Order: sequence, then structure tokens, then C-alpha cells
Amino acid sequence: MAENAFLKEVAEKKYAYGFETQVETEILEKGLSEDVVRMISGKKGEPEWLLNFRLEAYRYWQTQEQPSWGHLTLPEIDYQAISYYADPTKAGNTGKSGEIDPELMKTFDKLGIPLEERMALAGTAVDAVMDSVSVKTTFRDKLAGQGIIFCSISEAVKQHPDLVKEYLGSVVPYRDNYFAALNSAVFSDGSFVYIPKGVRCPMELSTYFRINARGTGQFERTLIVCDDDAYVSYLEGCTAPMRDENQLHAAIVEIVVGARAEVKYSTVQNWYPGDAEGKGGVLNLVTKRGLLRGDDSRLSWTQVETGSAITWKYPSCVLQGNRSQAEFYSVAVTNNFQQADTGTKMIHLGRDTRSTIISKGISAGRSQNSYRGLVKVGKNADRARNYSSCDSLLLGSRCGAHTFPYMDVQNDTAVVEHEATTSKISEDQLFYCNQRGISTEDAVGLIVNGYAKDVLNKLPMEFAVEAQKLLNVSLEGAVG
Amino acid sequence: MTSEKQYIEFYEEERAGIMSRSPEWMNAHRDEAFRTFSAAGFPSRKDERNRYTDVAKDFAHNYGINTSQRPQDASAQTLYNAVADTRDALVALNTMFAMECKTVRVGKGERPQHPIQIVNTLRGEHPEMVSRRILIELEENAEADIIIIDRAASKQRFLTNQVIEVRCADGARLNLYEIEETHLLCTRYSSLFMSVGANCSVHHTSLTLFNGHTRNRCDVSLCGEHSEVVLNGCVIADKMQRVDNNTVIDHQAARCASRQLYKYVLDDSAMGAFAGRILVRPGAQHTTSQETNANLCGARTARMYTQPMLEIYADDVKCSHGSTVGQMNEDALFYMRQRGISEREARLLLKSAFITEVIEHIPLSSLRDRLLILVERRLKGELSKCEGCKMCE
Repeated sequence: MAENAFLKEVAEKKYAYGFETQVETEILEKGLSEDVVRMISGKKGEPEWLLNFRLEAYRYWQTQEQPSWGHLTLPEIDYQAISYYADPTKAGNTGKSGEIDPELMKTFDKLGIPLEERMALAGTAVDAVMDSVSVKTTFRDKLAGQGIIFCSISEAVKQHPDLVKEYLGSVVPYRDNYFAALNSAVFSDGSFVYIPKGVRCPMELSTYFRINARGTGQFERTLIVCDDDAYVSYLEGCTAPMRDENQLHAAIVEIVVGARAEVKYSTVQNWYPGDAEGKGGVLNLVTKRGLLRGDDSRLSWTQVETGSAITWKYPSCVLQGNRSQAEFYSVAVTNNFQQADTGTKMIHLGRDTRSTIISKGISAGRSQNSYRGLVKVGKNADRARNYSSCDSLLLGSRCGAHTFPYMDVQNDTAVVEHEATTSKISEDQLFYCNQRGISTEDAVGLIVNGYAKDVLNKLPMEFAVEAQKLLNVSLEGAVG
Repeated sequence: MTSEKQYIEFYEEERAGIMSRSPEWMNAHRDEAFRTFSAAGFPSRKDERNRYTDVAKDFAHNYGINTSQRPQDASAQTLYNAVADTRDALVALNTMFAMECKTVRVGKGERPQHPIQIVNTLRGEHPEMVSRRILIELEENAEADIIIIDRAASKQRFLTNQVIEVRCADGARLNLYEIEETHLLCTRYSSLFMSVGANCSVHHTSLTLFNGHTRNRCDVSLCGEHSEVVLNGCVIADKMQRVDNNTVIDHQAARCASRQLYKYVLDDSAMGAFAGRILVRPGAQHTTSQETNANLCGARTARMYTQPMLEIYADDVKCSHGSTVGQMNEDALFYMRQRGISEREARLLLKSAFITEVIEHIPLSSLRDRLLILVERRLKGELSKCEGCKMCE
């Protein structure tokens, strides 16, 4: 009996963020039409040009078909059965305006994201987004002192319309792909970051995304502009309640990096992955892209992907400035019935550009984990250099690990290298741990963490600890 | 469907004539193939296996098709369309117009004393499409060396749509070489399908020394345990040449090994593409697989696309792939120039050393020596200047 209780506890522990917040939420009726797009725009009090941007995107989206080329079995998505706007801050939850509902505060506390500035982790400013609305952005005033703008995108539209107008859709145009068009039509809150020339952002900026309301999708939009000689490190985290239905998450992240500027973008993605039978879970279909516009600019993507029923995204870099450098570090873990088709695109356009891709895939249970990446060297990208390394680890005989690298080289001075390996955990290493009294499950945890270390090392410290724990939890029950 | 139209119409007109001049067992496949081809049409570039080659464009020219009677070998019928992917449009097109099957069959435990050489010479007054079918069957424990050479003897536009089907029974050993030495006006589509039993050893070497547009597809199915497959290839391309090699190794059985090594030397406005997919099916445990693709780009306008893919559904495997695109080692060049070797000569030496790795693996010494000479001549630019040729100057 005691054993049973313990097993139950372990089984339920698997997804610690699966609770639901009981908060009155204003949810738009299900379905998508031009009226819905207009209504979202109206609710946010948007200017004419933004409404037109949305409508153009919506009209384009209608002419497109959902792509199917990924190595995934995407369940049919009924776009009319989703509500495109859910606002937990409205509907009279708060007495005074500007105050946050205590329920929401509690939720974010429970997630380890305190919204009280005095309680926050030293050196991290947070923008907390639940469903379609930004709940609170911390440390805004402190950042504003240096000219840094860090707020939700709806506020940015009102307060800094020129900046938003200049950069919105400049890296990911709405015609980019099906999900980008959908996002451009119905996007709700996300973060807007502007780092002025020569400013080194004194703290980590962070956005925490939470899906709460049932029957909704989240379509956030993040825009980061890092002007010449500036620096920013940005973190993104996400969770959702446990539900039987699939929830759609189709976001866009755009990053613009000026000359000699540097942006670090880290993601720990922990959306609800569905239960052990593959029921429910978030469909994570995201477009992320950075434009290294200036010379000597730098951009690095680091992602730890443990959640989502389906992950289909390729954080990419367009290396336009001469001597610009881009990095992509990724750990993708899939267990049970999860599916991931993720990787990156490195588009070399400028001279002497360099990119590095380090991807580690771990598949367990009956999951499918694919790396897909493109390295493109344009005609004028003299002496471009790329190194890619993609390793896959298989835990179990019913899962799959796949690698689909694409290399298009149009310049004779470029050097492009790719290598990949696929194997299972070495029996010798396991035996060595067992010999020393470490259980097989713990040993696998150790080995996996060691294997992913190259990537985890790139994460800011608090995130690295979190990510390490996540890796262990995600693989629970994968052995034996 | 404009490119397909001429073939569809030609078949409809000539169907009775073709049928009357060829044996029943070949005709039995034709109508089905015609339906497949008319329904599917040529694969577009959206098709993952045809990303780098515009098939419809290559087939758009008005080629003549020879449907005269050819000598027949009825023993081929058990293998005909047994290994090939009959749903493929190019295989279907070949089945529609093929008038004969060249067959190599090696009986149980037999080993022919000499290598078998098949030389295909393209000759004619008018542009022509050739639908060539080669069938190779090795029975249990049979061994064979087979060399297939493509040449062109007249300066004419030729389009070859070739299908090779190979079946190796348990314990067979096959060395298959394909050498292409044609000219800039030739287009070659080759689809090679191999079905390999248990305990086999299969080596396939493909050399594209001179060509116009070439697309080689090579599908290998490993159906029995303890077999080994080696696919090697080398490509030398310059001017406006295009070479697209597309391989799939399907590990269906456990304990098999596969190795691939493809090397490209590209110059001028040549386009090279390599896509190799290794598929390890559930249960194909203890598979080892290795895939290497290395490429030298010698000019600004040369393009290389490479796509080494792993698709793995079994956990106890060791698979790796590597691929590089780069230039000649400047240090090595400098070293040689220091020692009085001219830059041209030094570059030639490096290129030929790069390519030789593929040829060195060839066990047939006479062929290996001949190829080394051919490669050297090719790199010096002598091969491309064929006699009386006005085009390649």
C-alpha cells in the first residue's frame, strides 16, 4: 500500500504546473473572423495602421493551407473552436485599477515568479503574461532611468508607436508562414524591449507565459530591438494547466540587433506535454527569428525544450551585418507521446559571418524527436563559417530520433561543417554508476545532464538549475 | 502538366504498336504504369526527394522515343518491377516505354571469372529519350563485378531514363560500378533499387566524370541480417553541369552495416546536390551506419546543396553522418608552391588527392588504375574536350 501511494505521488509529480487558477476571465467567443480581429484590436485600443496590419495578415492567412511537411502527426486544428482572446485581469476582479487580483499574484508566486519587486530574484525584471494579457511588468521605472523600454507590446503600441511601427513584422513578415500569418492577425500580449544605443541592460529581462483559460489559444508577440553597442539578456518561460484538449500556442518572436550589439535569448519551454497516453498538451508552433542587422553584432538562442505535445519551431538568425556571429544551443527532450521537430536556420548574408549550432536531442517513451536545420550561405557571404553538431540520445526501443540538416552553399570561400551522431546511453557508464550504488534512474539522470551540459552551461544561472531539474522530471519513468 | 503531355499523348497513340513489338510480361505492366504516370505527373521541387532538380523542365524538350522491337530475354520477368518503386513517376515512365530488359543473372554459388561490363552508347541524328532497364539478380552465395558505363557518341541531346533493379539473395557479393562520361547536352535520370538479403556484401560506386544534367537515385533495402552496404560516389562538375545524388538506405533488418562516402569537386557554374537518408526501422537493432559527404567548391558561382539525414526508430544503434563544404587547404598549396610546383599543378594535385579517396576503395585493380587516369585527365580538362566537339570549348 505504502508503495502504491508513493508511486501515485511520483506519477502526479510529473507536471508540477498543471493547476488551474480560478479567476474570472473575460473570454471572447470562439471562432475567427474579420470581426474577431477587429474586436481584439478594438479591445486594445489600437491605431488604424495596426488594425490594417492585422486584417491584411488575416486575409492572407485565409488563402493559405496549414503546412504538413514536418516530421510530426499534427492533430487537426479547428480554428473556429478556439477563443482568440482571454483576459483574466478584466471583469471586475480588482477593486481599484492598476492593482492585480490576488489570485493572479498567487498563481505567479506558485510558479516561482513573484511579482512583488522586493521578492524578485535579484537582477531579473519580469513581464508576466497570462492568456492574452500582460499582468505586470516589474522594475520598469528602474530600467526607464537608463532609457530602456520594457513593457507589454500593447502598451508599447500606445506609448512608443513609432518604434513598434518601424520594427513590427520587419523580421517575420506576416507572409512568412501559416502560423505567422495567424499570429499577425490575432496576436495579443507579449513583451516589447528596446535597448538604446550603447546601453548595457543591468538586469536579465524575462517574460513568463502562462495559459490558463480553457478553450483558448495563446498568440503572443515579442519584439526585441537592441540598438548599436547595446546588450541584453532575455529569458522566456512558460507553463500551462493539465487538460485533455490540445491548446494552441502560435507565437512570434522578432529580434533586431544593431551594430556591435549583443542579444542573448534563452527559453525554458515547459508547456503541458500531455499525459502518459498522449492525451492533451500544448501545440507549440512558434516562429522565432533574429536579424543581425549591424556589423559585428551577436545573437545567441539557447533553448531547453521539455514540454508541449508538439513542438515545431526553428529559432533562426539572419546574419546580415559583416562579421556578425550567431549561436544556437538546444536541448530537446521528448517523452511518452511527445513530438518535436525543431532546429534552426542560419542565413549568412554578410562577409566573415560565423554561426555555431549545438543541438542535443533526447527521446524516450514513444516520442519522436527531430532536428531540422538549414545553413544557407549567400553569394556575397565571403568567408562565412558554420559549424553544426547534432547529437541524439535514444532511451527506449519505441522512440525515434531523426536528423534533417540542409546546407545550401553558394559561395566558394565558405566553410560549412556538419556532424551528427545517434546512439543510446552507454551500458558501461550505467554499469559504472550502478556499481557505485546509484540506481539506474538516477544514473540516467546524471548521464543525460552531463550530455546536455554544453547547452545548459549557456543558460543564466537560475535558469540552468531549473532546466536541470526539468530534465530529470521529464525523463521520469522513461527507464525500465 | 505540360511536360507530361507529350509522353501521355505519345503513349496513347503508340500503345498498340508498342504492345505488338514487346513480350506479354512487359506489356502487363504498361497500362498500370501509364495510369500512375498520368495521375502523378513529374515530381515537383516541393517533393522532398526532388528539391534540387526540376524534373519537368528536363523532360520538357521534344525528344524522340524509339519503340522498335528488341531482342528479349524472358528469364527477366520474375524480377521486372519486383524491386522498383512502381508508384514513382519516373519508374512508371520507364515501364511505359521500355522495350527490352538487359539482364544479368548469376546462379547459386557461381562466380564469373571476369567482370561483366555493360556499355551504353548514345548515338543518333535526333534528340532522343532512352528508357533503359537493367535487371541484376544474384542467387545464393553468388558473386559478381558489374560495370555499367554511359557514353555518348554523337553531339545530340539525349535523355536517359534508366531503372536498375538488383536483387541479392542471401550470401551474395556484388560490386556494381556506374560510370558516366557523356557531354553537356546529355540528361540522365537513373533510379537504382536494390533489395539485399542476409549475409550479403554490396558495394556500389557511382562516378560522374562528365555530364550535362544528372540525377541518380539509389534506394537500398536491407532485408536480411548481417549484411553490409557501401555506397561511394564521386562527382567532378564544372561549366553548367548539374549532379544530384539522392540515396536512401533502409535498414529493415537488425545487425546490418552501411557506409556512404560521396565527394564532389565543383567549379564554374556547376551545381551539386547530395541528399542521403538513413532509415533505421523499429527492431533493426545493432545497426551501424556512417555517412560522409565532402565537397570542394572552386568558384564563386558553383553551388552545393547537401542534406545528410538520419531517421532512427531503434535504440541500440550507432549512426553518424558528417558533411563539409570548403576549399582547398591554403597551407598545402603554399607548401607545394614553395617547392616549385606551379599553382595550377598544386591545385590539380589536391583535387585529385581529394577525389582519389573514393576510387581507392575499388577492389578491381584494372578498373581502379583506369579510373585514376580518367580522373586526372578530367581534372586537367582533357576529358571535356572530346573529339570534334564544338560545345565544350
